[in-house]
Amino acid sequence: MNKPIDKEAIAQRAADLVLEDRVHKDLYSDPDIFEEELDKVFNNTWVWVAHESEVSGKNNYKTAKIGRQPVIVVRERKGGINVLLNRCRHRGATVCEGNAGKTKAFTCPYHGWGYGLDGSLRALPKPEEYENLMDKSEFGLVKLRHESYQGMIFATLSDDIEPLEDFLGGAKKWIDLFMKQGAGYPLKTLGEQRFRFPGNWKIQLENTTDAYHFPIVHKSFLSSMDETSAEIFDFLDGDGFVEDLGNGHSVMVMIPELVDLEEKLDDPIPERFADLATELAAEGHSDEEVRRLVRAVGGSGFNLNLFPNISFSMAFFRNLVPISAQETEIHHIAIGGEGAPDAYNQKRMRLHEHFQGPMGFGTPDDGEAWERVQRGSMAGDDGWIMVNRGMSRMKTSADGNPQGAVCSETGMRAAYQQYKKQMAS
Amino acid sequence: MTINNQLFNQVSEFLSTEADMLDHREYQDWLKLWQPDGVYIVPVDVNADDYKNTLNVAYDDEHMRQLRVERLEGGEAVSTAVAMPTVRSISALRIVSASDDEVTVRCSYMLYENKEGDLRPYPAKAEFVLVPNSDSFLLKKKLVKLMRASQYLATISYIF
Ligand code: FES
Ligand SMILES: [Fe+2]
Repeated sequence: MNKPIDKEAIAQRAADLVLEDRVHKDLYSDPDIFEEELDKVFNNTWVWVAHESEVSGKNNYKTAKIGRQPVIVVRERKGGINVLLNRCRHRGATVCEGNAGKTKAFTCPYHGWGYGLDGSLRALPKPEEYENLMDKSEFGLVKLRHESYQGMIFATLSDDIEPLEDFLGGAKKWIDLFMKQGAGYPLKTLGEQRFRFPGNWKIQLENTTDAYHFPIVHKSFLSSMDETSAEIFDFLDGDGFVEDLGNGHSVMVMIPELVDLEEKLDDPIPERFADLATELAAEGHSDEEVRRLVRAVGGSGFNLNLFPNISFSMAFFRNLVPISAQETEIHHIAIGGEGAPDAYNQKRMRLHEHFQGPMGFGTPDDGEAWERVQRGSMAGDDGWIMVNRGMSRMKTSADGNPQGAVCSETGMRAAYQQYKKQMAS
Repeated sequence: MTINNQLFNQVSEFLSTEADMLDHREYQDWLKLWQPDGVYIVPVDVNADDYKNTLNVAYDDEHMRQLRVERLEGGEAVSTAVAMPTVRSISALRIVSASDDEVTVRCSYMLYENKEGDLRPYPAKAEFVLVPNSDSFLLKKKLVKLMRASQYLATISYIF
C-alpha cells in the first residue's frame, strides 16, 4: 500500500521544482517524475490527436498517442469520428499498426477478435467457450471522450475535465487566425516529418515559445534567405510580444504584419514569392486570388503553443510525443489548402522542407541546442533553469492577459505554471 | 541477358566517386556532378510516386542544393560544427534500364554516422538517374529511400 503515497510524493516534488522564475533540471531527467507526468499531465487534460483532414475519408484512420498510450482516430462510414484505445479487450494486443490507413474493421492479429470502427466487439472465433461468461457489448475497444475545434481533434482520458472550448479559452482567437492559412480553402494536412531527440519533452515545449534563440540558432537559415525575407525574420527589435492565454497556453507574435492573413492583401508581393505569383497568374487565377494565396503561403506571424502537446507554429503543426524522461519524438506536420492550386501546396511543402524536419535548415540546429540542454542539465548541484526573462517588464494585453516582450519567457512560465498545477493536483 | 560490363563499371565508378565525395565533404565537386534540372530527394513516404506533390525530408532543386551546401560549409550552423565524417557503402548495384540518354540504377546504400560516439546506421535503397556526359555521367535524380523514413529519424547534418 506504499506505492500510491510514493507516487503522490514524486508528483508533489515535481510541482515544487517549478518556481515562478525558474524550474529545476531534475524535471528533464528524473524517470520517476516522467512516469507521474504521464499520469498527471497527459492523462488528465485535452491532448491533441489529429486534424480532421488526416482522417478525411470514410474508414480512414490514424494512430496517435496520449502520453504513452496508443490510440486510434478513425472516421466511420457514416462520417462520425471515434477515438479508441488501441488495445484488444482479450489479452491486450494492439489491433491497428502503422501511422495511417483505411480499414472496414479492426481485427486483432492474435486470436482474431473483430471490432467495428465504433469500437464494438462484433465477432470472435469459437464463441461457445465464452458461454455465460461474457457480454460482448461490454468488451468493445475503449472509446475516449473527444471534441474538436476548427478541425483540431483533442481527446482525453478524463471524463470530468472542462469542455474543450473552455480549456482552449483565449487560444481560440489565435486558432481562428492560424486557420486562415488555407487561403480561402479548408485547411488540410500535407504530410509530416518525424524525428526523435535525446532530451525531455519540456525542452521542446519551451522552444516553441522561445524567440530569443532564433537569430542565434537559426543564423544559417537566415543566411539562406534573401535580404528582405531575412529582415522580416529579424523580429527581436520589432513590436512582437508573448501573451499568456491561460491554462498553460501562450502565443508568441513574431511578425505582427502577418497576424491576420486576410488583411493587407494589397501589399506588394514579396520578392521570395514573385515566382509563385507569376505561376499562379499564368494558370489563370485572378489577381485577387493570387494575392490571397501569396499572402498566406509563408504562414502566420506567430506561434501558438498549446499545453501540453501541440503547437501551431507559424506555418505548420508541431506535435510532441514523450517517449521517456530523456527522449522525445517530434512530428512536424505540413499544412495547406484543400482544393487550393497545386502550386500553392507545393510551395508550402517546399518552404516546410527548407526549415523543418530532420534535414531542414532550422530543425537540426534546434535539435543540437536541445540535446545540449539535456546534457548540460547533468552538471552541478545548483540545478536551476532560468525562465525569468522579461518578468519585470510585463504589461496587460488588450485581451487582459499578462504580456511580455517577444523574446521574454512569458510562454514558458505559463506552461510551467500549468504543469505545476497539474502535478500538484 | 548480357550485362554491358563497361556500362556497369562506369556506373559503379561514378556512384563510388559520388559517395566518397560526400563522405569527404567535397561539396563543391559534388554540386558539379549535377544537371541543372536534377532533383535530390529524401522521401518520408518511400511508396509515393509523385514526390513534387508530397512532403519529403528533402526535395532539392539546383537552388536548394546550392543553399544546402552553403549551410553545411558556412560554419554558422551549430549542428554542423560538431558533425563527424560519415562512412557509406554501396552494394547490390543493378542497372534497371539504360538508353543512350539515360541510365537508371538501383542500389543498397548504407550510411553510418558518428554522433559524438553514438554510431548510427542508416540503411537505404537508393535510385539514381544518370545522364551520359562525355566519358562519365551527370545526376538527373538521386532518390534515397531510408528504411526508417516513415517511422522517425534523428536530425541530419550531412547529405545522404
Ligand atoms: S489478444 Fe486480441 S484476440 Fe486475443
Ligand atoms: Fe528554433
